[in-house]
Amino acid sequence: MSSLLEIEDLRAYYGQVQALHGLQFSLEDGSVTTLLGANGAGKTTTLRAICNMIRSTGNIRFDGKPLAGRSTEDIVKLGIAHVPQGRGTFTRMTVEENLQLGAMTRRDSRGIADDVERMYDHFPKLRERSDQQAGTLSGGEQQMLAVARALMLRPRLMLLDEPSFGLAPLVVRDLFAILARINRDDKVTILVVEQNAQLALAIAGQAYVIETGRIVMAGEASAVADNEDIRKSYLGY
Amino acid sequence: MSTIQETVAPAAAARVTIRRSVSTIAQIVVLLLLLATPLFVKNFVIFQLTMWLVYAIAIMALNLLTGGSGQFSLGQSAFYALGAYTSAILMEHADVNYVLTLPASALVCFVAGVLFGLPALRLSGVYLALATFALATAMPQLLKLGVFESWTGGVQGLVVTKPDAPFHLPISQDMWLYYFTLLVTLLIYAASVNLLNSRTGRAMMAIRDNEIAASALGVNLPLYKTLAFGISAAFTGIAGALGAIVVQFVAPDGYTIQLAIAIFLGMVVGGVGWLPGSLAGSAFIVFVPNVAENISKGLSGAVFGALLIVVIFVVPHGARQVALYGEALAKKFLKNN
Amino acid sequence: MELFVNQVLAGIATGAIYACMALAVVMIYQAIDHLNFAQGEMAMFSTFIAWQLIQWGVPYWIAFVLTLAISFAGGIIIERLLFKPLAHAPILTHVAGFIALFAIINSVAGLTWDFTIKQFPSPFGSRPFLGSQLISTHQAGMIGVTLVLLLMLYGFFRFTRIGLAMRAAASLPESARLVGINVGWMIALGWGMASAIGAIAGMLIAPVVFLEPNMMGGILLYGFASAVLGGLSSPFGAVIGGFLVGIFENLVGTYIPGVGNELKLPIALALIVTVLVVKPNGLFGRTVVQRV
Ligand SMILES: Nc1ncnc2c1ncn2[C@@H]1O[C@H](COP(=O)(O)OP(=O)(O)OP(=O)(O)O)[C@@H](O)[C@H]1O
Ligand SMILES: [Mg+2]
Repeated sequence: MSSLLEIEDLRAYYGQVQALHGLQFSLEDGSVTTLLGANGAGKTTTLRAICNMIRSTGNIRFDGKPLAGRSTEDIVKLGIAHVPQGRGTFTRMTVEENLQLGAMTRRDSRGIADDVERMYDHFPKLRERSDQQAGTLSGGEQQMLAVARALMLRPRLMLLDEPSFGLAPLVVRDLFAILARINRDDKVTILVVEQNAQLALAIAGQAYVIETGRIVMAGEASAVADNEDIRKSYLGY
Repeated sequence: MSTIQETVAPAAAARVTIRRSVSTIAQIVVLLLLLATPLFVKNFVIFQLTMWLVYAIAIMALNLLTGGSGQFSLGQSAFYALGAYTSAILMEHADVNYVLTLPASALVCFVAGVLFGLPALRLSGVYLALATFALATAMPQLLKLGVFESWTGGVQGLVVTKPDAPFHLPISQDMWLYYFTLLVTLLIYAASVNLLNSRTGRAMMAIRDNEIAASALGVNLPLYKTLAFGISAAFTGIAGALGAIVVQFVAPDGYTIQLAIAIFLGMVVGGVGWLPGSLAGSAFIVFVPNVAENISKGLSGAVFGALLIVVIFVVPHGARQVALYGEALAKKFLKNN
Repeated sequence: MELFVNQVLAGIATGAIYACMALAVVMIYQAIDHLNFAQGEMAMFSTFIAWQLIQWGVPYWIAFVLTLAISFAGGIIIERLLFKPLAHAPILTHVAGFIALFAIINSVAGLTWDFTIKQFPSPFGSRPFLGSQLISTHQAGMIGVTLVLLLMLYGFFRFTRIGLAMRAAASLPESARLVGINVGWMIALGWGMASAIGAIAGMLIAPVVFLEPNMMGGILLYGFASAVLGGLSSPFGAVIGGFLVGIFENLVGTYIPGVGNELKLPIALALIVTVLVVKPNGLFGRTVVQRV
């Protein structure tokens, strides 16, 4: 298998403050990878750096193409969908419009219409609410909408920042099942940041653990899950 | 706009002494130039120099508001006009001595500033800009109102008598007015410096830097913000009064939004919140139009605008930034010797 | 009663102009959170371009369309050259930028076309509308053109992809980037459209107030009043605000003695300050945390 995303020596800054100190990792094409870490470790920052939403240095290559110097919107056009922390829902627009926005970079109106239907099949709740303002959805519904919106891009790589945040355990399980299915059926590579380490490790092939802007552990998800330190700090048993 | 302050702040003690001496020398040189120049130039130039001082006061007043409390105004022409009319009416209708009209104008404008400052309390940023922009746009029409015409002279305006030099001093009216204006300018400058260093000034600057923190420190926000508006309006009114006396004429169309724009421009060019910059800003708004009009009539607006763009892109901190460069050069020079 | 109806209709006609100016102001406010103090001057300049084209013998409606196209391009150029580089500058710098633009446009118009007032033709004539004495054909035309414009804008924002993208960029720029929208160009497009809408306002009002470089000062102030009344974050509100302010202005002028043309601008001032203080989000604006 080849790497879809390769990251070398990634450093990121908020003003004068350095938040990432030389990260190095790669994602296999078609894999699910999880990024774990305590609050403030730099997980969100890593995803933001990939999409060039903050000042960073280092090499990031997507499908062999360097991302340096590209704007966020151009990076998205390459096929990287980012579900940001806090979901980024367009609250004053309808559910349907949110989905349309997800397909903004596409030109095939036929395929877009089909995909909207597909999303409604994945998330039937959204179909019921398609004409409703997205801001009136519940938190869980908005999270589904955010994932659906990202999928509308037909991405090759999906970056998810704490998709389980604020969801009921049952809903989380559904969501992860859908993510696994998307990964399997649509060959979408997934990088998921999670607090809910147990579930993330269950669907992921690889796992990285970061601490204060540095990767402190990397490996097969199962191996990471078996590590005693990880179990103590992230899994709680 | 505070980066410069930050870069200057951590200066070592030795460097502070050098800085002090550099700026003291600069101040003395400027003062001597201000005192001596009129002796060597024609009356018309003296008149222009006087107007330069008058606008410098108006810009200083705006600097006090913006640099002091962080509020800003596109409506200073309204207070300038109010001061001018107060002075003109008192002189022409009530035969009040011109010197006494200055405090009267200050008082009237202080009250007006506080009255306008009260609603402005609830506004910030673009909203305050809008409200003051509206004030400046509406002012000429208020001055033209028929009801006040017997006092204001309506559209025609009022002619103001030019005062003679007192004590039979053997100098021209223009020269006397220059020195008189210079005295007032220096007084207002000193008052402004003292105000900014006083308890009131520190409270106002706390508001500028962070409203929430300031109110947590027990600063009475409404009081100080209104006060800032009032004081700024009062000083602007004095400038307006002096302007009326120097120009010998007041008319509504002399106080349009263009004047407010000029005063605002002067502040930006001089460096926001930096009092000495007011002189540089004022020079810009008085002399640039002259040069531009010589090239082509009606060109001054375009030149104003173009230069303003140059300033905000190249030296966003205005004359203050240039002065700091100069100071850095001077320091280097002093060290090397 | 006749007088009342008459004044309301006349108010709606001028209100149409205020609505256009308010709409232009709101389009830019939505995009960059700043008030374009040069909006009136831009509209004035566009109107001069139309006048020049007509002087050269271009038929009215062709001149109209050409002016819209030129204004649209001009708005985009202004954004790209002047305001894009200022995107992260403090508010004071922005205001300075608008003021600079104001001064330049006003002065260049004066230099090019001088400060004497000029007649501007109306394509609708000024006969009584439908034989009624209530409003003239030009006033009816003003209302008609504005309504058509509003319908087109509604359709654009509601049903086109680019309209959707512009709304997204204005409401949540960060999220908009994450779905691949070039937010910078959406802002430029907003400027282009604001400029073209302002041009319509200028061309419609010029036959009434005559053409000269300072013609838009008072109208912009009323445009601001309308935008503030409707809520700066709501294009729909801006339009309603425009019509309300137009009617209000006419009724006050008719029924309150001593308040004719003399107090036109002070009324706008009072309106702006009152709305800002009493209801800062206007009638239709959404509540926003006040920007400091
Ligand atoms: N906008 C910002 N400005 C300054 N510092 C920031 C900013 N955003 C994040 N940081 C800092 O960068 C570091 C990494 O933050 P980041 O948001 O990446 O953490 P995280 O791992 O996503 O945490 P969480 O699990 O709480 O979401 C933290 O120390 C944080 O305080
Ligand atoms: Mg995070």
